[in-house]
Amino acid sequence: MNLLKEMASRDRVFDFMAPARSPVDVRHGPILYLEDVSVSFDGFRAINDLNLTIDDGELRCIIGPNGAGKTTMMDIITGKTRPDHGSVWFGSRHDLLTMSEPQIASLGIGRKFQKPTVFEALTVFENLELAMAADKRIWPTLTARLSGEARDRIDEVLVTIGLTAHRDRPAGILSHGQKQWLEIGMLLMQRPRLLLVDEPVAGMTEQEMERTAELLTGLAGKQSVVVVEHDMGFVRSIARTVTVLHQGSVLAEGSMDQVSSDPKVVEVYLGTESDNTEDARC
Amino acid sequence: MLASRSWLSRPFRERSTQIFLGVLLAALAVVTLLNLIVPAGHPLHVSTYTVTLLGKYLSFALLAVALDLVWGYLGILSLGHGAFFALGGYAMGMYLMRQIGDRGVYGDPVLPDFMVFLDWDSLPWYWHGFDMAWFAFLMVLLAPGLLALVFGFLAFRSRVTGVYLSIITQALTFALMLAFFRNEMGFGGNNGLTDFKELLGFDLRSDATRLGLFLASGVALALGYVLCRAIVASKLGRVSVACRDAEARTRFIGYRVERVQLFVFVVSAMLAGVAGALYVPQVGIINPGEFSPIFSIEVVLWVALGGRGTLYGAVIGALVVNYAKTVFTGVMPEAWLFALGGLFVVVTVLLPKGVAGLLASLRRRRDDGAVETPAQGASS
Repeated sequence: MNLLKEMASRDRVFDFMAPARSPVDVRHGPILYLEDVSVSFDGFRAINDLNLTIDDGELRCIIGPNGAGKTTMMDIITGKTRPDHGSVWFGSRHDLLTMSEPQIASLGIGRKFQKPTVFEALTVFENLELAMAADKRIWPTLTARLSGEARDRIDEVLVTIGLTAHRDRPAGILSHGQKQWLEIGMLLMQRPRLLLVDEPVAGMTEQEMERTAELLTGLAGKQSVVVVEHDMGFVRSIARTVTVLHQGSVLAEGSMDQVSSDPKVVEVYLGTESDNTEDARC
Repeated sequence: MLASRSWLSRPFRERSTQIFLGVLLAALAVVTLLNLIVPAGHPLHVSTYTVTLLGKYLSFALLAVALDLVWGYLGILSLGHGAFFALGGYAMGMYLMRQIGDRGVYGDPVLPDFMVFLDWDSLPWYWHGFDMAWFAFLMVLLAPGLLALVFGFLAFRSRVTGVYLSIITQALTFALMLAFFRNEMGFGGNNGLTDFKELLGFDLRSDATRLGLFLASGVALALGYVLCRAIVASKLGRVSVACRDAEARTRFIGYRVERVQLFVFVVSAMLAGVAGALYVPQVGIINPGEFSPIFSIEVVLWVALGGRGTLYGAVIGALVVNYAKTVFTGVMPEAWLFALGGLFVVVTVLLPKGVAGLLASLRRRRDDGAVETPAQGASS
């Protein structure tokens, strides 16, 4: 057991240097695999026999009316909520239901919450530095020196999220959209295999939305990205495959056009909510 | 070891630290020269009384720096840092008591006077070892360090932060004050420890020893400042600021927040202990009054006045307030508390970032028009 712990921590030390990162086995296709997952809170079935498969490198959008179980699904994948039954696999080797939240995070599943939280007093660069995969115990942190590779990695992420010009500015003065990108950048510093992004464009301007769409589509391929979003216009602009959740299970899956012409979907979601979603952009 | 040397040497490459050390060392040298070379009676002569007074201020400045480390950078407002200061002071006081030997009023070769007075026939177990300087000096660090370790472990593990933590630290120092007031505790009760004769063989009443203690306080302040700067400028310092501003987020990206808090808190408590140990031989007494909550709150005022989260602001605050206190209590003692309160109101209203914030904005005004200065870490 001790040996295992030792190995696990050593793996994280060299994490950012080694090209082959988390030992996730995706030879059999999917990176994330949920089968017959159910969970209920006080008798209310938030997730009901949910089956979902995400392929390696895929960009998947998940939509659904409020209470469809989108956030609960994220909670199950990240280990925050335990399902009543069902199985959740990361690659074909890791059973996520046996792992704790930090273990799942270090395996390479990063989650971005709705409300952006960055360290406002620190610069953009320092925010990314702290998020970097490294030995995070006291003494190594105290004596840490920024290596050339680490610096390059941070600059690389700065380019990806488009904040190079703001490198040495305090994160507190960034706009709302820029903070969202910085937070995605902080997730990227941990070299995740799978990114879970919760409502990334809430409260963003038109241009910021476009930038975010570019950013997320650019990330797919290198890592798998799962986006939960309400804004149909945004989903249409980035989605290749869309999954519609309804009452805790998958209602429909396919391209945006297939899904939006599905009569069941139109009935439960698009039909009832099209009044208050900005359909003008669709 | 090479790596650890480099994090400690980082402050010496910072301009602000170079300036601070330069000013401090120059001040020490000037005071020493004015005391030794300039004859007494000359208007520029600095009397030994003043030297000791300045030494006392310097030990207060070290205490303020220790508090600023936890308050300014970690966001933990300790209203009980006086407890760590006093514990360091008591450790030093116990050593000084044992040094008196048979020269006390009652002439007992082992027992301090107050124990003879209380009719005790032997030394309590925790007084053993304090006749040796190395042991006593070790205790100056360990006693406050251990208290901070146990207290911090319990508090941070239960995620007690903010106002609640402040109140508990206040209760801690108050409880210690009540305990130390009791004669049965064996620390001299109400009267504390006093009547010291010598330190490491040097007569405490001689001018040379007093100058030496002043210089030692200055050097301790310089070293303590460099240590704090090294921590603050390291990645751990940035993690501290992260804990201060968004604790949950810091935990989420993989840092053990409670360990960071514990580490910095213990370092700060030890520095406060050293400050107390330097204070005691200069004022010649340590009593439970140093544990009083009012004193700890005063320390917070020094840091707030100087500007928190800058370290040098804490030094300025401690020196200015204590100088003002000396002047005021000499001229019109009854007005001091009003003056202190007034000073605090003025600073909170007009200078929310303290004297250090004023200095920074003056510097910015001077540099106005120049290239945008890179933001310097935690400037809040």
